[in-house]
Amino acid sequence: MLQTKIHNLILKNPVMTASGTFGYGEEFADFIDLNRLGGIVVKGTTGERRQGNAYPRMAETPSGMLNAVGLQNVGVETFCNEVYHRIKDLDTNIIVNVSGSSIEEYCKTAAMIDALEKIPAIELNISCPNVKKGGMGFGTNPDMAAQVVREVRKIYHKTLIVKLTPNVTSVVDIAKAVEDAGADSVSLINTLLGMAIDVEKQRPYLSTVTGGLSGPAVKPVAVRMVWQVAHAVNIPVIGLGGIASAADALEFLMAGAKAIQVGTANFIDPAITVKIIDGLEDYCNRHGIKDINEIIGII
Amino acid sequence: MKKYITDFTIVGKQVFSETYFSLTLKHPDRLPEIAAGQFVEVEVPGNKQVMLRRPISIHDVDVENNTLSLLVQVVGKGTRTLSMMSVGDKLNLVYPLGHGFSIEGNKVLLVGGGAGIAPLLHLSKCFASKGIRPTVLLGGRTEAMIPVRKEFEPYGDTFFATEDGSLGEKGMVTQHSKFTTDYDHIYTCGPTPMMKAVARHAMANNIECEVSLENMMACGIGACLCCVVDSDEGHKCVCKEGPVFNINKLKNWTK
Ligand SMILES: Cc1cc2nc3c(=O)[nH]c(=O)nc-3n(C[C@H](O)[C@H](O)[C@H](O)COP(=O)(O)OP(=O)(O)OC[C@H]3O[C@@H](n4cnc5c(N)ncnc54)[C@H](O)[C@@H]3O)c2cc1C
Ligand SMILES: Cc1cc2nc3c(=O)[nH]c(=O)nc-3n(C[C@H](O)[C@H](O)[C@H](O)COP(=O)(O)O)c2cc1C
Ligand code: FES
Repeated sequence: MLQTKIHNLILKNPVMTASGTFGYGEEFADFIDLNRLGGIVVKGTTGERRQGNAYPRMAETPSGMLNAVGLQNVGVETFCNEVYHRIKDLDTNIIVNVSGSSIEEYCKTAAMIDALEKIPAIELNISCPNVKKGGMGFGTNPDMAAQVVREVRKIYHKTLIVKLTPNVTSVVDIAKAVEDAGADSVSLINTLLGMAIDVEKQRPYLSTVTGGLSGPAVKPVAVRMVWQVAHAVNIPVIGLGGIASAADALEFLMAGAKAIQVGTANFIDPAITVKIIDGLEDYCNRHGIKDINEIIGII
Repeated sequence: MKKYITDFTIVGKQVFSETYFSLTLKHPDRLPEIAAGQFVEVEVPGNKQVMLRRPISIHDVDVENNTLSLLVQVVGKGTRTLSMMSVGDKLNLVYPLGHGFSIEGNKVLLVGGGAGIAPLLHLSKCFASKGIRPTVLLGGRTEAMIPVRKEFEPYGDTFFATEDGSLGEKGMVTQHSKFTTDYDHIYTCGPTPMMKAVARHAMANNIECEVSLENMMACGIGACLCCVVDSDEGHKCVCKEGPVFNINKLKNWTK
């Protein structure tokens, strides 16, 4: 009833976890049966191990939070040699979020992940700054976004999801550009650029001054963007941003998302994902829906 | 160690001052084993301004009654909302989280300041159950800032330092006459400047020392990487690899 499809990926239900909010899944194994999830998108993975930004990296804001973790991760080699072997036998789709500072780094990581049998897809995080282009985000310019997708497409053979940043004038233009460049799916939204100041201490809360806003506060923006993109591209759209209940997930599905991801809500209730799955099932039963695809994109 | 997400019922509340209170929380089932220094992530109910859970140390554990208690200092919106909870109310916890203190040494000093006193009660009980009676040194600006005192006496020799001299010796804990080199292990929790002064003393005198850190947290379970501290092996999550660290593992802590 809840099964859905993203390119070649069969998801037992549309509920996945968002990169950077669910570790490698292991952190949540005490709270839920990970095999119930439609998919797990693991932490942003880069060509080399990264330390990320300095502490403090987090501030709570109204109905949301700012983070400035900055891609701290073990690097693709350790992922392949160690982490992969701990999680590969889970009965769910494990998707690696691939990040980088240059096209070469994206390609190196994608190629190494391509060789891992039990990883059926990558999610290309193009919100990262392009170091060679003065730190401008790959995902903020249609040409740069298309270029990185085209290069990764040449060496990556499985399902290629491209994750879009909302910090752009027209997310539709970027979505179309990456579709043309060979993306199999797009996911959106990444965090919204934000800032908060501690007025008592007279300094920003984050070591990096600005950071990424997530949580319920961003949901209406995310639903709007998903709806716009779903109407503009022919590849499946994955929706995320502030989802904390089955009703939230349904908004994204109705707006046109074939699947959704849960991020910040995992911090508040580490068992939220299975509650959302149960809630979707309940909704379908109450509304006499035989197949969740009946309601996808009805708006 | 398995973690749980579960509801507790408030069965006891003590108000020590305008800023300090404690809650005793009961669970219908047996509690898992809880190490001293571990913490809970408590959901703050009924305050729309507070979305994330708040990390609070486990102050005391009573295995016979399936209760644990929290000692809380009101510093902002979340802790203020918690201070208005009453007996009979429910609180949802994710617990037990983090790595606690090692229970080692024969001549042991526990140094607490402010809300950092919280984990030291369970810690002194753990030492007592091993037949070791620690020296407990608690500090605060005034008497009112040291909310829990006689509770320690059955388990340790307890001393106080206040900046205004209203309780115990006048001055900082690090100026107290019991703050000497007569120990093989020092365990401390409190404001960072206090812990750093304690760490410097331990380092200078070759005393083993563990500190309990209070970094800002979002998830409390090692998933978000928001709570990191600089260690000899790079950034480590305070929520998962701490909150208790041996000072030898931390960077820039004894300078
Ligand atoms: C592992 C751990 C154990 C803790 N144990 C206890 C305990 O036993 N008793 C207790 O009273 N407190 C404890 N704390 C601190 C407690 O978590 C914070 O005081 C609390 O989260 C503040 O929430 P608030 O909504 O009241 O404050 P907010 O309104 O969010 O913030 C108010 C002010 O408090 C500061 N603040 C917020 N969070 C923290 C933090 N984590 N550490 C230091 N300052 C903070 C903010 O910078 C701000 O200036 C512990 C923290 C950690 C990480
Ligand atoms: C602490 C934290 C770390 C994140 N790390 C990543 C990351 O490594 N790669 C990525 O593509 N997105 C990352 N994100 C963005 C989330 O995956 C998601 O796009 C965003 O938080 C919006 O969803 P939410 O509101 O449900 O959290 C991170 C978000 C948070 C809060
Ligand atoms: S608070 Fe999320 S990793 Fe420590």
